[in-house]
Amino acid sequence: MENIEKNTAVLPEAKAEAPKAPDAVAPKVVKPAVAKPVPAAPTTPAENALDLVELTQDNFRQTIEADYQAGFTFLECLTGMDWGEEGLGVIYNIENPETGARKCYKIKTADRVNPVLPSVCTWYDIANIYEREAYDFYGIKFVGNPDMRRIYLREDWVGYPMRKDDEPEKFNPTRMTNEPLADETSGLMYDEDGVNYHTERSKIFEADDYVVNIGPQHPSTHGVLHFRVKLEGETIRKIDPVLGYIHRGVEKLNEQMTYPQTLALTDRLDYLGAMQNRHALCMCIEKAMGVEVSDRVQVIRTIMDELQRIDSHILFFSCLAQDLGATTAFLYGFRDREKILDIFEETCGGRLILNYNTIGGVMADIHPNFQKRVKEFIPYMRKAIREYYDVFINNVIFRNRAIGVGILSKEDCISYGCTGGTGRASGWHNDVRKRMPYAAYDKVQFNEVVRTEGDSYARTLVRMDEILESLSIIEQLIDNIPEGNYQEKMKPIIKVPAGTYYSAVEGSRGEFGVLLESRGDKSPYRLHYRSTGLPLVAVMDHVCQGHMLADLITIGGTLDYVVPDIDR
Amino acid sequence: MFFDFSKVTNWLHGWLTGFMPEWGAILTESVLVLLAIIALYAVFAIIMIYMERKICAAFQCRLGPMRVGPWGLLQVFSDVFKMLTKEIVNLRKTDMFLHNLAPFLVVSASMITFACLPWNKGAHIIDFNVGVFFFLAVSSIGVVGILLAGWSSNNKYALIGAMRSGAQIISYELSIGLTMLTMICMTGTMSFSEICMQQYEHGWNIFRGHVPAVLAFIIYLIAGNAECNRGPFDLPESESELTAGYHTEYSGMHFGYYYLAEFMNLFICAGMASTIFLGGWAPLQIPGLEGFNDIMSAIPGAVWFLGKTFFVIFLLMWLRWTFPRLRIDQILSLEWKYLVPISMLNLILMALAVSFGLYF
Repeated sequence: MENIEKNTAVLPEAKAEAPKAPDAVAPKVVKPAVAKPVPAAPTTPAENALDLVELTQDNFRQTIEADYQAGFTFLECLTGMDWGEEGLGVIYNIENPETGARKCYKIKTADRVNPVLPSVCTWYDIANIYEREAYDFYGIKFVGNPDMRRIYLREDWVGYPMRKDDEPEKFNPTRMTNEPLADETSGLMYDEDGVNYHTERSKIFEADDYVVNIGPQHPSTHGVLHFRVKLEGETIRKIDPVLGYIHRGVEKLNEQMTYPQTLALTDRLDYLGAMQNRHALCMCIEKAMGVEVSDRVQVIRTIMDELQRIDSHILFFSCLAQDLGATTAFLYGFRDREKILDIFEETCGGRLILNYNTIGGVMADIHPNFQKRVKEFIPYMRKAIREYYDVFINNVIFRNRAIGVGILSKEDCISYGCTGGTGRASGWHNDVRKRMPYAAYDKVQFNEVVRTEGDSYARTLVRMDEILESLSIIEQLIDNIPEGNYQEKMKPIIKVPAGTYYSAVEGSRGEFGVLLESRGDKSPYRLHYRSTGLPLVAVMDHVCQGHMLADLITIGGTLDYVVPDIDR
Repeated sequence: MFFDFSKVTNWLHGWLTGFMPEWGAILTESVLVLLAIIALYAVFAIIMIYMERKICAAFQCRLGPMRVGPWGLLQVFSDVFKMLTKEIVNLRKTDMFLHNLAPFLVVSASMITFACLPWNKGAHIIDFNVGVFFFLAVSSIGVVGILLAGWSSNNKYALIGAMRSGAQIISYELSIGLTMLTMICMTGTMSFSEICMQQYEHGWNIFRGHVPAVLAFIIYLIAGNAECNRGPFDLPESESELTAGYHTEYSGMHFGYYYLAEFMNLFICAGMASTIFLGGWAPLQIPGLEGFNDIMSAIPGAVWFLGKTFFVIFLLMWLRWTFPRLRIDQILSLEWKYLVPISMLNLILMALAVSFGLYF
């Protein structure tokens, strides 16, 4: 603990002496950061504070049903909570995808031994997997969810590690045996009267099913992901995702870290959205504290987010090509991605793990070459996109393999919470940059790329068009980076006022949200990330059924999930 | 005049019979030929692996192997030695006998078909009046090895890969058979040496047979590519779906045999294309240009044959490194709905052309 405080105390000085750009070539001369008073306790509530309405077990299902009927069909985030004395509970963020109206509910139970809460599976398909996560970490059982297995931890794990009073090390020595995977599950289901409930067992796979493991070591799962796939010939009948192979307990770790330390872990979630993830957390903390970052920082963050998005979409194209056997197209993509990584490297020092955003600004001012290189990159990339179309996307074999494969309807996308390019390919206007503009997105002109086909081909085209949109955003900003501080002066120890906050950014593959509950300490009481990839994995079973084994690869590739973000 | 390799073989035979009985001479010659085949098989495999790596690198804006030896020339040798020294892993719950037998079936099938190729005038190793028939029959043994490998590995990926491979190879053999039949219809013989001789005298089959021959050539290339399990038809071993398909569970030299057989099948496929369509060892002859023809005839037949073969190999590699992979249902519908009917119609077209004498 001592070390942690020491490090934190040193941090602000280190920032003030951040390496300055050589003045000769620098288009903008860096001014030393000026101290700015930070309001210790803002009098008005922060703009991202959640307006939580507490529901009871009696009125919960009626309220959710009424809201669902009123158009709140998107379950944005479901967060398990341990409020200590008050008991265990869940926070729900729901949204009306048509109007953009948002509501937040919380529900809790004082019973810590056998906590039971009503499920929202009936309305939201994604709730199944979110509730399994809450069960895994907090032991909350949801009545109405037929599948109450652990999701990230081993099935023989003892205890519920995110509870504040749990001691994970005590009962869970390193196990040297293989993880057992049950073919059977059970859940609590309501009786006829809708009040009492009973346990119901169900089979995931029958004894004579032909089940093939795709993963955890498999070239096309883009990480350590494991699908148990039931096949009939080559046709997929059912998929059961097994998650948690690289679960690092990031959310649990965060609870012992100071705020600046928590930032370091965000880059390691979705490593192709490192900038955006960290942006989301910084933005959440800044807004909660009432810190205003300069326009310069806003613009730099916007440009960086868009570069990261291009980077991610190029990798999407490359990996998809590789999965479908077009190795040449794969290397074309990597050749171009290298340019972005070089730009990142110059300014941030890192290529994949960037560590750039900080609370109140960015780690260092942009490199003197930054603008020049970005401006060179824009026309280069436009040319490269045409090449992608020639070599792969317009190819007749790819068209045959992608068109009409893995069709997701708009309703499915909303119900499963598939945001990002996947949702937009199905006609769902879900771009956070338009829904809840942040950073400098309200100052630039860009189109939200939306298609209606919802198949794998549409998902590919959406990503390609988004690269062009991102290029145009960067083009508008790159010459107009305003003067200002790149880092606000922060207190040595950062404390967020008590409350519950939620901020979201448009990550590379969807809405990346941060839900922060603070008790006014120097570490968060609870920090939950809305994973962009988890809904995409959850939807695999639904979207792959009836398709062939080879289509699983196409669909998985075009859904574009990244595993560290799912497992956290 | 064009060099006839049978002079060498006749001299050798004469020399050997000078001091040993007839059967001893034939036995010695057989052993020599066997050694020659094995040596050539290995040498061409090494050349082709290097060629593939360099060609694919060129398509992908890379350099390819550059570290071992000048321009990476020794890379393949080091890979081969690595393969030879690797342990052959025995797996529990597999059918050991079939598991070990399968790679030998694959590699022996490809070696026998390799021996069918006409290397030069008078340098045919296996040559008799139903050579084409023999070639088709022996090349089908390979698929047995693949199916056995998939079955005996006790691995679901391997089984799916083997089943795909079985379905694909058996389907595409139909197209290969039909296109060869189309050409036999014109040549009137099934012997490879006579087919080459005809092309030496009358010109290459692809020019003699004009439209139906060109059609047959294109269909042959597509089907031959599928026979070799190479992209865009590489789905039996599609890396991204089935990790390595039917040879997932093989290691060391057993895997090496599959690797070798796959490359050599490509060579055989290209060699057959050059034998049947592009004249085999026959040099390019343009009627009326005597000087040109003389120069062309001065180039040895083996060079002509290898040149044509490597040209076809380059075409197939170009395809492999450009196209994405097909899906199993698409591969089968391509064969059964398009290639088979087209090659049947093409056969009729050729029969008409032959019966009305409409060929050169």
